[in-house]
Amino acid sequence: MHRRTLAQLADDLRSRRCSSYELTTHFLARIERHDPSMNAFVTVTADHALADARAADERRSRGDAGPLDGLPLAHKDIFCTEGVKTSCGSRMLDNFLSPYDATLVARLKDAGTVMLGKTNMDEFAMGSSSESSFYGPVRNPWDLERVPGGSSGGSAAAVAAGLVPAATGTDTGGSIRQPAALCGLTGLKPTYGRVSRYGMIAFASSLDQAGVLTWTAEDAALLLQVMAGFDPRDSTCLEEPVPDYRAGLNASIRGLRIGVPAGFFDAGLEEGNRGAVETALGVLESQGAELVGIELDNLDLSVPVYYVVAPAEASSNLSRFDGVRFGHRTEHAEDLLNLYTRTRGEGFGAEVKRRILTGAYVLSAGYYDAYYLKAQQVRQLISQSFSRAFESVDVIAGPTTPTPAFMLGQKTNDPVAMYLNDIYTIGANLAGLPALSIPCGAVGGLPVGLQLIGPHLAEGVLLNVAHRFQAETDWHQRRPPDFDAENA
Amino acid sequence: MSPEDVYKLGMLARLEITPGEIDDVVAKLTDIVAMVDQLQAVDTDGVVPMAHPLDRSQRLREDEVTEEDRRALYQQSAAAVERGLYLVPKVIE
Repeated sequence: MHRRTLAQLADDLRSRRCSSYELTTHFLARIERHDPSMNAFVTVTADHALADARAADERRSRGDAGPLDGLPLAHKDIFCTEGVKTSCGSRMLDNFLSPYDATLVARLKDAGTVMLGKTNMDEFAMGSSSESSFYGPVRNPWDLERVPGGSSGGSAAAVAAGLVPAATGTDTGGSIRQPAALCGLTGLKPTYGRVSRYGMIAFASSLDQAGVLTWTAEDAALLLQVMAGFDPRDSTCLEEPVPDYRAGLNASIRGLRIGVPAGFFDAGLEEGNRGAVETALGVLESQGAELVGIELDNLDLSVPVYYVVAPAEASSNLSRFDGVRFGHRTEHAEDLLNLYTRTRGEGFGAEVKRRILTGAYVLSAGYYDAYYLKAQQVRQLISQSFSRAFESVDVIAGPTTPTPAFMLGQKTNDPVAMYLNDIYTIGANLAGLPALSIPCGAVGGLPVGLQLIGPHLAEGVLLNVAHRFQAETDWHQRRPPDFDAENA
Repeated sequence: MSPEDVYKLGMLARLEITPGEIDDVVAKLTDIVAMVDQLQAVDTDGVVPMAHPLDRSQRLREDEVTEEDRRALYQQSAAAVERGLYLVPKVIE
């Protein structure tokens, strides 16, 4: 069962080859057996899941089941889930039971999906390795000594190890695509505003977007269909129609123009990754796509722009954690001021503190123009580079990450080295563009990701290209050997 | 960046930094600021700072009550409440 994609499991349920209860029991047993070696879950909601699975089976027996009804999945622990702990990987929210569901959670629940639990992540989604969680690091099922990427590393590890067939994630600078690449999965970050951010704990509000981690583009299309669409509760959610993503998957890509930015193949890209990505581009070319060399001016400045804008927004967003209304509260407050400072000093981990301080610095009097305003200007230039490129190409392709999964602890003491991991993914967030990563090769037994970036609202085109690639290759069917046996 | 600068930032951000943390925080913030300083070399004369990734403006709606009162539920998440009010240490002697 755990080797099957979401679409295949949906067929199994429809044709009554299995029930949602059987599926749910199977995956819960796998979580119990395998998660101790990976730490992908913060919370497992077994009782809820079994009750929801029985309800889904009853709907099906009444002939009342939707396309996703009864399918198990997991949510990143950044999404609010009513009555269930929503920690965001932080001590600050270790005691927080959300009083409501995020819109994304509610939509997937209404579609009949069964939540198995909440996945581990970098604290407040600030990281590229899932090592900064209050609940300890997540490990990569392809090599347990390596990181799964981050910040949606728990979701990536859980899907890759077959503990759940799909999981949600969020992507502020690469936090879906980078772990998808390092764990051999398909990871989709939609256009900014395509999916509601209501009930998704905010990190950097002009960059944050929810998406999915799945085995295939087809599975991503199934989930996006339900997640996407207008929500009056998110003032930045786009009021645009949602196309039928699955219907467009098989379209021919003959004549599609794929821009290949020279800057994505610079000195920082490891040779093995370069080779895998170039081979993958050849596969798309052999299907009739046309590869076009392009330049994206100022894209090399994505990382410095991001590390001004994202911390600035984070320092503002995270000011809500004050020990008064929810979350951790210090036991050592003498007055109101140190109720705030101690609560926050105790509740936040080192990386979150660094980002809050960086944000406070770039927004402070005397520095605002030099840093924040400057960064928003360079961000505009980067966005214009993408717009110019999309006048002559349909999608942009390149590597998702410069290297395969790195070792646990390798970059934890050097934040700037950690930040550079997102050098190819951040641009899409700065410009609000949809982007995805699909598995396209392996180096030393570790997966490599191919990234596709599209113009605003072109999720359907990206999924189409990804699906055609997956029809010609089998990288998306490879599973981490230690977690693959049918009876394991 | 000096330890004094960082303690001051911490106060602005209402974030306690302990003497045990300060050297590490100063060193890493210095690295981060040096990295973002690359931006200073870019010519941005006349460039309009980005306000929205899709160049859209904030949606407006009618000014009417749409949410029900759920104060009691929301206050269950708080450390200390009394008669519907959030409790904090005394601020007036």
